[in-house]
Amino acid sequence: MIAKGLAALAQALAAKELSSVELTQMYLDRIARLNPRINAFITVDAEKSLAQASAADAQRAAGTAGPLTGIPLAQKDIFCANGWLTTCGSRMLGNFVSPYDATVIENFNAAGAVILGKTNLDEFAMGSSNENSYFGTVKNPWDTQRIPGGSSGGSAAAVAALMAPAATGTDTGGSIRQPAAMCGLTGLKPTYGVVSRYGMIAYASSLDQGGPLAHSAEDCALLLNTMAGFDQRDSTSLDHAKEDYSRELLATADAKPLAGLKIGLPKEFFGEGCAPEVMQRIEAAIAEYRKQGAETVDISLPNMKLSLASYYVIAPAEASSNLSRFDGVRYGYRAAEYADLNDLYTKSRTQGFGEEVKRRILIGTYVLSHGYYDAYYLQAQRIRRLIANDFVAAFKQCDVIMGPTSPSTAFKIGEKTDDPVQMYLSDIYTLAVNLAGLPGMSIPCGFADELPVGLQLIGNYFAEAKLLNIAHRYQQVTDWHVQHPAGID
Amino acid sequence: MSLTLEQVRRVAHLARIEVSDAEAETTLGHLNGIFALIEEMQAVDTRGIEPMAHAQDLSQRLRSDVVTEENHREAFQAIAPETEAGLYLVPKVIE
Repeated sequence: MIAKGLAALAQALAAKELSSVELTQMYLDRIARLNPRINAFITVDAEKSLAQASAADAQRAAGTAGPLTGIPLAQKDIFCANGWLTTCGSRMLGNFVSPYDATVIENFNAAGAVILGKTNLDEFAMGSSNENSYFGTVKNPWDTQRIPGGSSGGSAAAVAALMAPAATGTDTGGSIRQPAAMCGLTGLKPTYGVVSRYGMIAYASSLDQGGPLAHSAEDCALLLNTMAGFDQRDSTSLDHAKEDYSRELLATADAKPLAGLKIGLPKEFFGEGCAPEVMQRIEAAIAEYRKQGAETVDISLPNMKLSLASYYVIAPAEASSNLSRFDGVRYGYRAAEYADLNDLYTKSRTQGFGEEVKRRILIGTYVLSHGYYDAYYLQAQRIRRLIANDFVAAFKQCDVIMGPTSPSTAFKIGEKTDDPVQMYLSDIYTLAVNLAGLPGMSIPCGFADELPVGLQLIGNYFAEAKLLNIAHRYQQVTDWHVQHPAGID
Repeated sequence: MSLTLEQVRRVAHLARIEVSDAEAETTLGHLNGIFALIEEMQAVDTRGIEPMAHAQDLSQRLRSDVVTEENHREAFQAIAPETEAGLYLVPKVIE
């Protein structure tokens, strides 16, 4: 049962094969057994989860159940949930019990979904390995010596280890796609503005976007149907007509849904820098798409190589501004001893933030300071436009862009912690998508040395339904997405 | 370019973060590594390119000037480090 997709779980609930309380308890039992090894969850509250499950069962009995009623989901601990400890992986929020719900949580609650727990993440979503969490590193269920990716590593590990059927994530520079790739999952970062950021703790506001992490594209579509939507309370939410993201998945295979699809292959994704065993799997996946009737075109994103530089100015600049709210006054951590108000701020921040967060605050403060603003911040924003323009030109030649999600499979815990630049390179293929604001996915496309490899799919603005369908077609003819790590049961 | 220890200290002060003498050298090394990567941007000619502040080129929405949020002071202050009579307490600022 626990290895089933969301639609099958919903069907089992609808057929009264089991109740939501029973289903939720199955996952809670598994979490109790496996989480000490994986560390995917920061907070589990069985009483709260079971109360929600019980309410969902009542809703079903009353005949008002929807597709997610009674389905337990893991929530990344960056989404504020009323009455739940919401830490964002930081000591700074180690005591923060949220007094309100994020819109994403509110949407899932309204749909009758159950919060199974809050998942671990890199502190304030800054990281690519989950090693930056105050609550300890998450282990990759495929090899517990390795990282699960980041920053949504707890969500990815929870789903990969079948401690939850699906989870939410957020993606500022690859934080849904890269852990999805490293844990053998399907993850979607929607077009910027499709999922509300209200109550989603801010890292870099012009790049942050929430999205689903699940086994299949089908499940991601189901989750996005509930997550997405215009929200008055998010000033950058897009007033975009409500969509059914599952609609294209219904076409039958004999309708040849991929015939004539033009896949753009940017030469920048296929040059040096990618591990050959990863590239082999990517090329095999593209060959499978050709077999299904798609065509490939060689394209170029000439400015993509600048995305790392542009991102590591813009994201820290926005982070330094966003994180200035943590001052030990209104909520969160306050240092035990301080001399005066300035010292209260400084000590609370110095003790409350971890190393990588402080590093990015310092970079951000520097690039925004007097005399450096034009040379760094404005220049990074100009390059951001060049990168976005490359995609606009590319989508005149193709319908979807494909390449690797990450240049390597999951690396060893501790392997890159001494060198921030090496760590940043793990997101080399994902950053440009956030800078441009485009939707992107990662889907499992095989294994290299028994570790999952992810294929990245990038679509044009608002092309989520199309991307999900392209992913779904691949998952109809392959079984990479239904494989589970051995030794985790 | 590379940063100096003095610049690191100044920026840390602006950000209200303490960097001990022991940490300063390591922090400087890490920051310089990152700035070496960022410097790649400086060689790019971006004359005439409009800075892109946001993923979508939209202007901010306006809403009518009416109260939309209810008062949640008690719930919000219940999680504050220190409050009194509905106010947040901080060390004395003005003698």
